[in-house]
Amino acid sequence: MLHIVNKSPSERNTLDSCLRMSGKGSAVLLIEDGVYGATKGNIAEGKIKEALKDRSVYALWPDLEARGMQDAVIEGVKLVDYGGFVDLVAEHNNAQSWL
Amino acid sequence: MTETTGGVELDEEMSGVIKKFMFVNRKAPYGTIYALEGLEVVLISAAFDQDVSLVFLDDGIYQLVKGQHTKAIDVKNFSPTYRALEGYDIEKLYVEKESLEARNLTVDNLIVPVEVLTSAEMAALMTEQDVVISF
Amino acid sequence: MKFGIMVSEGPYTHQATDTAYLFIKAALEKGYGVPRVFFYHDGVNNATKLTEPPQDDRHIVNRWSKLAEDHGVDLVVCVAAALRRGIRDENLAPGFRISGLGQLVEAGIQTDRLVVFGD
Repeated sequence: MLHIVNKSPSERNTLDSCLRMSGKGSAVLLIEDGVYGATKGNIAEGKIKEALKDRSVYALWPDLEARGMQDAVIEGVKLVDYGGFVDLVAEHNNAQSWL
Repeated sequence: MTETTGGVELDEEMSGVIKKFMFVNRKAPYGTIYALEGLEVVLISAAFDQDVSLVFLDDGIYQLVKGQHTKAIDVKNFSPTYRALEGYDIEKLYVEKESLEARNLTVDNLIVPVEVLTSAEMAALMTEQDVVISF
Repeated sequence: MKFGIMVSEGPYTHQATDTAYLFIKAALEKGYGVPRVFFYHDGVNNATKLTEPPQDDRHIVNRWSKLAEDHGVDLVVCVAAALRRGIRDENLAPGFRISGLGQLVEAGIQTDRLVVFGD
């Protein structure tokens, strides 16, 4: 399953809830303001590192770049472009946007 | 020639296809329209004879709280509609245990019977869906 | 593989509609089908031809219309959500049509993946 998060972890609890309710082996994709969750030193860094142990975490590169956060990505977070986003949706049995 | 890849026609015929649909509610009522318009989708989905689950997570649980009186804010109280869902054969309503407890609520505070799932059980339920629509 | 798309926010205020558009472009480039985009909630505001952004900004509405023209994507605006927000046939941009919520459920049934873009 692919979980999509588009909110900053310092503004909303979306990422928290997603990580709490995403199973082992699932994938989490951070897009839009969600990409702040993929950056070093952010409020959710510990949770992202924990999630990386049994889940894949991706961040949408164009959104990171747009926000000037391209050099701050947490190690282990994989970067994708829109084509990669499409591939992730195609590869997983379903996708949930955490609105 | 124009590209036509996007215009794959949707089949007219879809009888017999039963997919697992999950509608995810994470937002409180009245502050925004998502809960109300979300409920409208759920009601329509009943006509398609799909396997529908309705989940309430985080502030979405507030949609189900008993005792809503909206006259003074001049907005329609749509909470009774949740009680009508049963008549549409939409009977799978779930709330997440942690979301419920974090709001000092119990199932007794809710206007409809729901099944309480742990985060892990909720994760498993989500994984087995075909279509997940969130509001 | 076919993707169904739901857009739940209007143009310009939220990035959701841009992300949806760029996702669809990428999917089409990869040879996937995107038969329908369903506009709901404030997403119906993507459909008004009265939209006029500054010259140096992207024209979100025209971008959708072009997607319908070039790729045959069915742009469906929810009737109830549209009427609530003043979107009617008279101010509908090319390529959009107004229809019922059943079109969203139908897209969920008939496509292989449904992806929601919202706030």
